Amino acid sequence: MPHIVSIAVSILFDGLAYAMFLFITSVGLSVTMGLMNFVNLAHGAFAMAGGYIVVTLTRSSGVDFVPALIIAAVTVGAASVPFERYLYRRLYKATDLEQVLLTIGLAFMAIAVFTYFYGPIPKSVPLPRWLQGDVNLGFRAFPSYRAFLIVLGAALIAVLWYAFERTNIGAKIRAAVDNRRMAESVGINVDRLFTLTFALGSALAALGGGLAIQLFGLTPSFAVIYLVLFLIVVAVGGLGSLKGTLLAALILGVFDTAGKYLLADAGGFFIYAVTVLVLLVKPAGFYGRE
Amino acid sequence: MDASETQAVLSARSAARARAADYLARRHRFRWPECLPWLLAIAAFFLLPDRMTFGAQVLIMVMFALSLDLILGYAGIVTLGHAAFFGVGAYTVGLLIARLGYTEPISSLCAAAMVAALIGFGTGWFLLRYRGLTLLMLTLATAIMLQETGNLRSDISGGYDGLPGLTIAPLFGIFQYDLYGHVNYLYVLGVLGLIFFFVRRIVYSPFGQALTGIRENVRRMHAIGSPVHRRLVTVYTIAAAIAGVAGALFTQTNAYVTLAVFDFDVSAKVMVMLILGGTGRLYGAFAGAVVYMVLEDYFSKMSPTFWQFGIGLLLVLTVLFAPRGILGLIEGASGRAARRAGP
Amino acid sequence: MTVPVLEVKGLNRAFGALPVTRNVDLALEKGARRALIGPNGAGKTTLVNLITGALKPSSGRVLLDGEDITALSQAERARRGLARTFQINTLFRGLTVLENICMTIGERDGECNNLWRAAGAKRSVIDEALDYLDALRLTDDALKLVRELPYGRQRLVEIAVALAQRPRVLLLDEPAAGVPSSETHLILDVVASLDPDIAILIIEHDMEVVFRFARQITVLVAGAVFTEGTPEEIMANADVRAVYLGEAIPGGGRHD
Repeated sequence: MPHIVSIAVSILFDGLAYAMFLFITSVGLSVTMGLMNFVNLAHGAFAMAGGYIVVTLTRSSGVDFVPALIIAAVTVGAASVPFERYLYRRLYKATDLEQVLLTIGLAFMAIAVFTYFYGPIPKSVPLPRWLQGDVNLGFRAFPSYRAFLIVLGAALIAVLWYAFERTNIGAKIRAAVDNRRMAESVGINVDRLFTLTFALGSALAALGGGLAIQLFGLTPSFAVIYLVLFLIVVAVGGLGSLKGTLLAALILGVFDTAGKYLLADAGGFFIYAVTVLVLLVKPAGFYGRE
Repeated sequence: MDASETQAVLSARSAARARAADYLARRHRFRWPECLPWLLAIAAFFLLPDRMTFGAQVLIMVMFALSLDLILGYAGIVTLGHAAFFGVGAYTVGLLIARLGYTEPISSLCAAAMVAALIGFGTGWFLLRYRGLTLLMLTLATAIMLQETGNLRSDISGGYDGLPGLTIAPLFGIFQYDLYGHVNYLYVLGVLGLIFFFVRRIVYSPFGQALTGIRENVRRMHAIGSPVHRRLVTVYTIAAAIAGVAGALFTQTNAYVTLAVFDFDVSAKVMVMLILGGTGRLYGAFAGAVVYMVLEDYFSKMSPTFWQFGIGLLLVLTVLFAPRGILGLIEGASGRAARRAGP
Repeated sequence: MTVPVLEVKGLNRAFGALPVTRNVDLALEKGARRALIGPNGAGKTTLVNLITGALKPSSGRVLLDGEDITALSQAERARRGLARTFQINTLFRGLTVLENICMTIGERDGECNNLWRAAGAKRSVIDEALDYLDALRLTDDALKLVRELPYGRQRLVEIAVALAQRPRVLLLDEPAAGVPSSETHLILDVVASLDPDIAILIIEHDMEVVFRFARQITVLVAGAVFTEGTPEEIMANADVRAVYLGEAIPGGGRHD
């Protein structure tokens, strides 16, 4: 009996940490897709870029892990603005297909560029002492890094929730996701709003990419491999919904972890089965419109 | 208006009618430039005898891209999981040989087409109610779930190592497959010709027109009474069958198959080929697959990284500057001018 | 007493908490010429969407020839002779005008189930399509792509497509909307000369058109039928003048 409980606790804990990673990385994608209905398959590339910035800063420049995360997020957030301004903006009214192709193209180019500079071998990141080893919570010890992920994720959720629900800008974003034309007619500058959320979303993706190194290792193909997961979180949660993204990240994070613990062979199958089931019942995701 | 004036108006109108009717009645007829790709394919057989193994792979990708053109180019459905059907076809043949010892090539092709069609029908019936991101995710998930299923039963599928050393029986019981792939090439070319004939009929049929209507404006299709879902499931099933045949030929000509046939990369690659060539225009699949495969063959030997960058750049440039692909660029000015002058 | 061709009974629909159609009853006899008027946001287009099946009602029934079609899909209703035009052009913009009409005839006759015969091989389809274009003076534009036509000509194609369905009931949603006023008479002449057997419901803002065209008028306000009657009765109705005509006539023009 205690053995089963122990496994269940491990699944929950690891699943929660995984879910926080999924949430942090996907939430920007969800909001930008909800705002502009833009299918951005290059989102994973921004996350991957963030990861490599963290690797370079910590390995070559001796910057600590946490400051490196912050620098990576700010850098990628700023660098994403010209992409939005000069490339994405041209295709807001285009078809799904054109958006898919443009952003896949960008992702491929990003993978090639990072392979050229960093090679295809997985990179790791040196962690500060306080993130290594285990942390004892009295009844059990847990890996410190995952505990850190959970705490960081919870803090970000609180901040984002406050910004989304309680600030003026958050209200504007929600209004624009809900009904773009209406929002524009009451004088909200949706274009500028979008640039802002796009930069913020890319910054969070970069943060997620930095956090992922310790979990999965970092290779250039991260941009595509994990992209599928981010898209699933967005689709299942519902475009533009903070609540939905969180719920989807939690469900998929815990289910995927459970699948890997309990049915190692079935591994990937689980998460896709859940996705298909949810989407067949709720095509717009948990909290999507329509 | 006097009598002669009325007469003139009437005859002008009947001339306009005749021109319009003529245009529609002739559109599906065979045009001589359509011979060109086939002549090139046959010429390649004589001029490049030592590249026939590669040539067969190119033709297989042409067939695969052609099947995608039916759903993406004509019906306007964006899928990220077309590799599902390629993979199902490839594994049908692979399993027939490896697990049942059945090696007759032609009937294996038919079996592959049927199994792929069945899976296309089953998944299409569920998925084709959806559009946009939801559909993208569901098609993507279909391919991955099939791959994971294969992975789960690696005792049957061979897992990621796949099924190596698959040899097929001589074609029609006579033509033995040779090391240089000459028989393979002609075999694939023959099947492609047959399938192309079939696809061309469909595209110019009233059904094919209805698919174009769904792509152009699905709301209007509902309003004029079109059973849109049935049309989409039909074309999805047909495209799945053709992709299945392409996959089957892939297994037969390579003599092995691995679960990598279900990879997202495969779905993405065939889409890139089609976009590159031009969607919704039949021969786009030819132009795109040939250009892509030849470039890949050349550049990926030089540097795979460079090649990946090139593909990405090509995609971005295509979307921004040539949304109708290579053929669209070629047709572009001349086609528009011709139609203006015509009626 | 004949059965009306189209009958709407107790139709309700809400978007979230907002009711947009409230308990609407409506009947069209064979050959009816009825106008549906009402201020912006009265739910006129929503009613058309409910009748054609583009939207599902929360409650209520739609009957065609006395037969309940509420459970049928939009396409099934269209195949039974219920056609509409859209307020904003909804056409196959990348196809020629002729193809737009041929496609409609093909779907009407079940031709589009055919995967093998060439689409242009049936001369009768092309001839019939050209007849509709002739009637609307569109023959010269037959081979132009719809998107190359000026908006006013596209409005005519909307009507031609609906006619090619050989409808028994035709719902016209502001057929002259978005057309420069110098050209509206073209479209209204076409509407006035439509087959007298077709039952027609027209949504229109221009009161002059309404009073010229309609034999009955239904006034919709806030999703509910406010009143109905002959043009004379509506014109004389003080309440209607107060809620609607009073605001619409001075400008003389349309909203949108």
